[in-house]
Amino acid sequence: MPSEDHENEVELARRLLAGDALAFERFVEHFHAKIFHYSWMMCGDREDAEEVAQETLLNIFESSEQLREPEKVRSWVFRIAKNACLTKRRKSIFAPSRELSLDELMPVKHQDGDRVRIEIADWSVLPDGRALQGEMNVLLERAIRELPEIYRSVILMRDIEEISTAETAEILDVSQDTIKTRLHRARLAVRQAIDKYLRGESKGQATIHGTTCAQ
Amino acid sequence: MEPHVHNEKCREVFALLSEYLDLELPPDACQEIEAHIAGCAPCIEFADSLRKTVALCKRYEPGEPPSPLREEARVQLKKAYDRMLTERKQRS
Repeated sequence: MPSEDHENEVELARRLLAGDALAFERFVEHFHAKIFHYSWMMCGDREDAEEVAQETLLNIFESSEQLREPEKVRSWVFRIAKNACLTKRRKSIFAPSRELSLDELMPVKHQDGDRVRIEIADWSVLPDGRALQGEMNVLLERAIRELPEIYRSVILMRDIEEISTAETAEILDVSQDTIKTRLHRARLAVRQAIDKYLRGESKGQATIHGTTCAQ
Repeated sequence: MEPHVHNEKCREVFALLSEYLDLELPPDACQEIEAHIAGCAPCIEFADSLRKTVALCKRYEPGEPPSPLREEARVQLKKAYDRMLTERKQRS
């Protein structure tokens, strides 16, 4: 999400607090979609996500701890959404979260005599621009959904919503170091999913190649 | 590029790559990583794939939108908003 979007949100929050009725409509529309997508990724159920989005919006206006700093509107909204998701998940049965180890996320290595071969797809088929983004969105969504919950919440807040490390730590009630560790592992897992996709499904566009180094 | 010794350093770099990409590392740790990856083709390639992963995440656009809020929900939200404004006025 570009920072321009964040600036618009801050302005929207200022106008909302000033009593601007049009800002209220836009605020509801904007955050309804955002909270819904976050909740859907976290809860895994569309109906639950619809409920969480609605409950969160209501809590935003009814909460005794109201928004004081419009600059922090995004993290404030997501703190309320996170709590609503937790409540929803407590009511349902879900698998316990598991830790991702660095070892399982390292690139696959093959011994080749006294050398180690690292397998990696040809990532040059993914330009930095917007090409392939539609196809990648589907892949990203699947990869993020498959992450254990403690990593999923962090990558959604840090990389999708672009909430700072400090604010994410505050929202999720863990240390900044924990956020950094979880974010790194989440990114590595998503990277691994894309790498597998590029090697296995983009025949003709992506080719497998290895880089080698002596052990 | 000449093959280099694949050692613990690659693993150390691997563990710190996100902080490196996010510019969250102290300058000395950052320089150490740059010094290592300058001579390590696998690390360069791996770091580039992680950088592209982060860029893709930041450009991610969710697919299906939520169902529109029902009219009764909108009315309920508007009432809550009006109450919030009233309380704010009373407090200030």
